[in-house]
Amino acid sequence: MILKTKGSPYDINTPIIGRVTRIPENIEYEIFISETIFSKTWYKFKAVLSTVKIISSLEIPIIHSIEKLDHLDEGDIVIINTDGIINTIYRKNSDHNFLLFTERCNSNCLMCSQPPKDRDDTDYFFSQYSQAIPLIPKDCPEIGITGGEPTLLGNRFLKLIKQLKEELPETELHCLTNGRSFAWENVAQKVGEIDHKRLMLAVPLYADVYHIHDYIVQAKDAFNQTIQGIYNLAKYGQRIEIRIVLHKQTIPRLAKLAKFIYKNLPFVEHIAFMGLEHEGYTSFNIDKLWIDPVEYQQELTEAVSYLSDFGMNVSIYNAQLCTLPENLWKYSRKSISDWKNIYFDECNKCDLLDQCGGMFASGIKKHSDFIKAIYFS
Amino acid sequence: MISVIQKKNRKFKEINYYQNHDVSNYFLLPFRFQKINSKTEILVNEVGDFLLVPVGTAEQIILKKLDKIKDEDLYLDLISNFFISEEVIPPLLNILEARYRTKKSFLDHFTALHIFVISLRCEHTCHYCQVSRVTENKDEFDMSLYHIDEGIKIMMHSPNPHITMEFQGGEALLAFNNIKYAVLKAKEEALLYEKHMTFVICTNLAPLTDDMLPFIKEHNIMISSSLDGPAFIHNQNRHRPQRNSYEVTIEGLNKCRAILGEDNISALLTTTNLSLDYPTEIVEEYVKQGFSNIFLRPISPYGFATYNEKKNKYQTEKFLTFYKSAFEKIIDYNKKGYYIREDYATVILKKILTSFPVGYVDLQSPAGMINNVIVFNYDGKIYASDEARMLAEMNDFTFQLGILGQSTYNEIFYGKKAMEIAENWTNESLAGCSECAFQSYCGADPVLNHATQGNMYGYRPTNVFCQKNMEIIRYLFDLMEDKSIEKIFRSWITGHSE
Repeated sequence: MILKTKGSPYDINTPIIGRVTRIPENIEYEIFISETIFSKTWYKFKAVLSTVKIISSLEIPIIHSIEKLDHLDEGDIVIINTDGIINTIYRKNSDHNFLLFTERCNSNCLMCSQPPKDRDDTDYFFSQYSQAIPLIPKDCPEIGITGGEPTLLGNRFLKLIKQLKEELPETELHCLTNGRSFAWENVAQKVGEIDHKRLMLAVPLYADVYHIHDYIVQAKDAFNQTIQGIYNLAKYGQRIEIRIVLHKQTIPRLAKLAKFIYKNLPFVEHIAFMGLEHEGYTSFNIDKLWIDPVEYQQELTEAVSYLSDFGMNVSIYNAQLCTLPENLWKYSRKSISDWKNIYFDECNKCDLLDQCGGMFASGIKKHSDFIKAIYFS
Repeated sequence: MISVIQKKNRKFKEINYYQNHDVSNYFLLPFRFQKINSKTEILVNEVGDFLLVPVGTAEQIILKKLDKIKDEDLYLDLISNFFISEEVIPPLLNILEARYRTKKSFLDHFTALHIFVISLRCEHTCHYCQVSRVTENKDEFDMSLYHIDEGIKIMMHSPNPHITMEFQGGEALLAFNNIKYAVLKAKEEALLYEKHMTFVICTNLAPLTDDMLPFIKEHNIMISSSLDGPAFIHNQNRHRPQRNSYEVTIEGLNKCRAILGEDNISALLTTTNLSLDYPTEIVEEYVKQGFSNIFLRPISPYGFATYNEKKNKYQTEKFLTFYKSAFEKIIDYNKKGYYIREDYATVILKKILTSFPVGYVDLQSPAGMINNVIVFNYDGKIYASDEARMLAEMNDFTFQLGILGQSTYNEIFYGKKAMEIAENWTNESLAGCSECAFQSYCGADPVLNHATQGNMYGYRPTNVFCQKNMEIIRYLFDLMEDKSIEKIFRSWITGHSE
């Protein structure tokens, strides 16, 4: 799946955001995709995209000579940058849309799939999303908010959440955050004041003791801040999910972490145990992280059934059914975003293919040695 | 304290970097400990979280002989479970505070359960019952409408938005007309005072007639009945001239289930000397009747209430033997796939395994009397608990708090008597309880102390309440070493099994 493409910019002085259309009559959309050299209808749009090389003296922003535009559907929202890069912000025909609020992060997790960048992009993204949010279809079922660490936008984070609530009151918002900013009670309070019932804050917690969590997220004091943050969010009535990535550092105390969660955070709405994704930092730290999923099933079973026995809502993400014992199948979800979800040739023989979450595309690089078709004779 | 500024560089650091190395020694947080068998001792912290460790561990911890590197697993368990801290004031102290408040939040709303002894009359002559009268004299032994009205007034004064009005006897259904009056009146008042009402009738079901059921159904009244075991035990315990108590109970049970629904009828077991010999048969009877719970209640000491320590101890020992045999049978059923829970253990297990508040009137600290329950007797006298009125029937009025129509709310609930009881109702402040590992799973019972030991404070080494609860709690921990039993226990807490 392509989310980014590039062409030659013309007359673009500031990033332009809009919905794309190939139908000239569709003038409520902002950006026109044209395969012809020129037409008068171009003037009705804020910008034009084309695969054709255009030598222009028109007073209209254009990106031409773009290699491919097939990935864009009617109504997709894009941002056209001054350097000719076109990023897809929202795909109309996908259920896996997410808004990347910033690439900055105050943590530096060993297994980060999207390593943070230190340049300050917060103004850029804030401006991008405050323009894009009103364009998102009102019937959008769910949107993810991700980063970096979205809360680093500070007040602008709150503004965007508020805008999302106003523009898309029916859309479920799933915000990935390390929760540390909410250790400041006033930040949690401000989110509480927005009072958006469809906002779920998904916070990672990797151990029941501070130093292991701090090591995994590579930030001192992170554990205490995250726990404090979760408590503050709960105090202000926010919905919370706990996320646990399964790898060599989290497995040894996994059952104890489950107990810690039930004892200290029984108010969380959902707990997700997540298989490792081979993106970003993971490859670099693979020796510290890799353990074949088949080898941690005892620990996972203990943690999952403990929480589930007590009525907690538990899921397993990013796991292939052939690596899970049968009693855990019912917790497994098809969680991998469509654009990075793959199956192996072996999988095509499997009777459970339809129910299996499959694998990250990056799983090609490293995956369980026990991927095997399951047959119901 | 919180740094969310940009990181200086993103070079990965090793785990040692994140460990606190300034700590030459750790600090102790409040916790208690106890040996539970020859190999294992238990550590319990201030909010009821526990660790099972080898005997001798508590000593090592307290003498600060624990080594962060050598004893890493234990050390981390102690940090994670709030037993020790690397800082004088633990960084997550406010989480511990919130948990403590949660555990005690059953106190937040004050008295919920209001027992109305609607009639002392009964058509049974159970030999263990000290209270009831076989008589037609309604004027003397039924609660008057005046007292019902006054009781409802007091009840509506409770700050609790959820009120339970429970009708007891004697045999409550003998005064069914008064129950009807009381329910309608209470509902009317509840609208005014914005109370959510639950109604319960305690009955042996013998006087139940078909024309009562529509009213009971219409007002969602729960029926709490009694089943002491199979016919030969039940009929022996619950004497009726026709010797058919069992048969009418079962008939009534089935009728209630059919008309009111399974969830609106429950049965309680009264353990007698006879029952003690038949633990298995009693459990089997409950399963036979399709129950998914059974409450193995101890013999009420009020029948044999004496200050005879030896006799009390012996009786309690006999009960514990009975309890364990019945419990094993219950576990057996669960292992075979028949879900049936034991209610007393479930109360304790909730306290042990969850962080939620458990307000169970007979096992809480501060005690349930006054805080959660109040009793209005048929004659208008007000008592601190059901046991307190039993004592009164034996002419001991120590726990009488007032008289309906004469005493004010404040005189009843905050008066001199209440204050005196309050001195003794918190196990945190009782010798023998204050340092007990099971403190947060247990409770205080000033009435029982008074009845068996002559004073509300009690003396733990010979106290039957202590003897019974210590052993049951210890027994539950013992059983939980078997992981499959622990899983059964979880299903008792949540009420559903996989």
